Amino acid sequence: MRTRFQQGLDELRARLLRMGGLAEQAVDRACQAYIDRDLARCHAVLEGESQINVIEREIDELAFDLLALQQPIAVDLRFILAVTKINSDLERVGDQAVNIVERVIDMVELPKVDLPVDIPRMAAAVSAMVRRSLESFIEGKAELAQAVLEMDNVVDRMRDEAFISLVKVMNDNPAVTRQALDALLVARNLERVADHTTNIAEDVIFWVRGADVRHNANPEFPAPQEISETK
Amino acid sequence: MGSQANNLALAPKISLWRRGSDHFATLCAVAAVILVLLPLAAVFGYLVYKGIGSINLSFLTKTPKPPGEVGGGMANAIAGSCLILALGSLVGVPVGIGAGIYLAEYGRNRLGNLIRFTADVLNGVPSIIVGIVAYGLVVLTQGHFSALAGGVALAIMMVPTITRTSEEMLLLVPNAVREAAYGLGVPRWRTILSVTLRTATSGVITGVMLAFARVAGETAPLLFTAFGNQYWNWKINQPTAALPLQIFSYAISPYDDWHRQAWAGALILIILIVVSISAVRFVAGRGMLKGAN
Amino acid sequence: MGVGIKVQKLNAWYGKSQALHDITMEAPANHATALIGPSGCGKSTFVRCLNRMHETVPEARADGKVMVGDLSVYNGTTAVQIRRRIGMVFQKPNPFPTMSIYDNVAAGLKLNGFRDQRRLDEIVERSLTHAALWDEVKDTARKKSGASLSGGQQQRLCIARALAVEPEVLLMDEPCSALDPISTGKIEELIFQLKEKYTIVIVTHNMQQASRVAEFTGFFLLGRLIEFDKTEKIFTTPSDKRTEDYITGRFG
Repeated sequence: MRTRFQQGLDELRARLLRMGGLAEQAVDRACQAYIDRDLARCHAVLEGESQINVIEREIDELAFDLLALQQPIAVDLRFILAVTKINSDLERVGDQAVNIVERVIDMVELPKVDLPVDIPRMAAAVSAMVRRSLESFIEGKAELAQAVLEMDNVVDRMRDEAFISLVKVMNDNPAVTRQALDALLVARNLERVADHTTNIAEDVIFWVRGADVRHNANPEFPAPQEISETK
Repeated sequence: MGSQANNLALAPKISLWRRGSDHFATLCAVAAVILVLLPLAAVFGYLVYKGIGSINLSFLTKTPKPPGEVGGGMANAIAGSCLILALGSLVGVPVGIGAGIYLAEYGRNRLGNLIRFTADVLNGVPSIIVGIVAYGLVVLTQGHFSALAGGVALAIMMVPTITRTSEEMLLLVPNAVREAAYGLGVPRWRTILSVTLRTATSGVITGVMLAFARVAGETAPLLFTAFGNQYWNWKINQPTAALPLQIFSYAISPYDDWHRQAWAGALILIILIVVSISAVRFVAGRGMLKGAN
Repeated sequence: MGVGIKVQKLNAWYGKSQALHDITMEAPANHATALIGPSGCGKSTFVRCLNRMHETVPEARADGKVMVGDLSVYNGTTAVQIRRRIGMVFQKPNPFPTMSIYDNVAAGLKLNGFRDQRRLDEIVERSLTHAALWDEVKDTARKKSGASLSGGQQQRLCIARALAVEPEVLLMDEPCSALDPISTGKIEELIFQLKEKYTIVIVTHNMQQASRVAEFTGFFLLGRLIEFDKTEKIFTTPSDKRTEDYITGRFG
């Protein structure tokens, strides 16, 4: 009986990894589309979206069956619960990639403008977070997940800076408001992707350590007062 | 398709042989049963045939008449048998059950094996020798024949059977029953008496009845112990009449009337054994509850 | 009211072979504590050491400190006295076969000298009620034999019998393993209610039962207590890998 269960768990893991790969690819493509103003890549992302949705459903169904039929407990239960949550976050990541791509499609029609915001740098950071969070799941290593949690601060700061500088641009130069707004929205989408990867990291920690570190419950993580001060 | 047809062709042949041998085996079994029951039925039937005519109120209530005279009965012998059997049971049953309890509950050791061995040997000792031993132990010590001596002889013969069957019946009681009692804080001795023994009661009684039935008809041990008596006797220290003794002496006598009475006595003896066994079964059965086995 | 059980460095042997090694644990009062572990791990031996039933096996002995409330099990009281304070229910229901339902329940009292007939009636009814059996047998308790009930009813009868002597602790050695799911469910419900008055220690090889019924769980392996903790901790994040391997079915 345990063989069937183990096969179920392996299947679940494989599908989640596939989902992760697709989500990571969508984000990378969307960022590259923004940088190169490439419509072909935008369409690729839009087409890939339905595949992500299909796998999300498959993963949830498989997880549901395993819970009902195999009565998993302890680490197995934590794994399955973590997978269902990561599943949902990865699907949202896919959605954010689509959002980015929609901004790019709008932006391409407008004249190119030099904006004081380093989207490529932010994209690279977020991409790294996506990759590392998936790695932490593949390896089952809480330390890798912890590193992702720490990177989120950096991305949040980048988004705040982008907000300040782009608002200034819109005030100073109303002609480029639309481009600025597109850029701002892309920055926001990237920050949302980063948030989802921190959720994934927290779920990995829950699975591996059995510790619920959401909403800064982990004493290693700085307490809420400290964060608002740095901001 | 071809092989199927072959199988069908073979099937009825094999089946016929099988059915035939099955019927034959059943026939043999039935024949064996009849063969076993036949002597029993024959004995009983013959006894009834020869003895029933002589059983009347006078036979059952009067003492023997002097040799040669017609009439009289075996009343004192019937009473005497009851007395001697009662004495024998009084001694034999407690000793036997006690030994059985020891063997079952405490006896997984050398002493236990010794007791078992002794019981088995005692079982095989010829009844005449038991009688002689009782003669030496009781009669010579007291200086006279007595019902007591007869009782002792019969007790010696009852003990091995009762011991072995009691032990076996007690061992049949599942350990779970004992554990249940221990778990309630019942001490060991109380568990043995009130729980284990009580559970094995039915089997133990069967053992007692087996022993009883066996000794009820014994003649040899009573020859030198109870000795027999022409008259009524209720004193345990006096020679007492007993049915088997009476039957024996009447049967080897030259008097026809006594022969007739011997048949009647034999029939009475069998009837008494059957009745007493049934009575014990009935009384023990009344104590049983619905559903218990 | 129940009392807690404290065990300190309990060791037990069957002849020369050691069955329990230095077991130390505490079963809190008015809670159910489950003991799980693979076959032969010593959990049954352990529980039988608590009421000195271990001693009924020839050449078995135990050593260590066991306190039931403020009563020391191995020091100063006889086994018989201990067993009147600690009740036991066994794996296979074992009602006394020649006694009626009524007599079965009263057995613990009658066999220990209790004579008051009227109080006996009250106690029998109360015990059968506590064991959720009274309604089913109230008309036939004196006439029907204990052995004529179904498996689940027999086990409840054994529970009533154990409760009649008013112990403070109830030990249950795999009480449901011979029963069907419905009877098992009824007995688990019963354990839930019994916790209010008694302290319960239940040995089970069914982990789902342990998780349904007990607040605390101990995992035994090869005669040692590997882990002892709140049930939800053991079943979500056990501290010891061996515990996790066992409960997730990786071995055993």
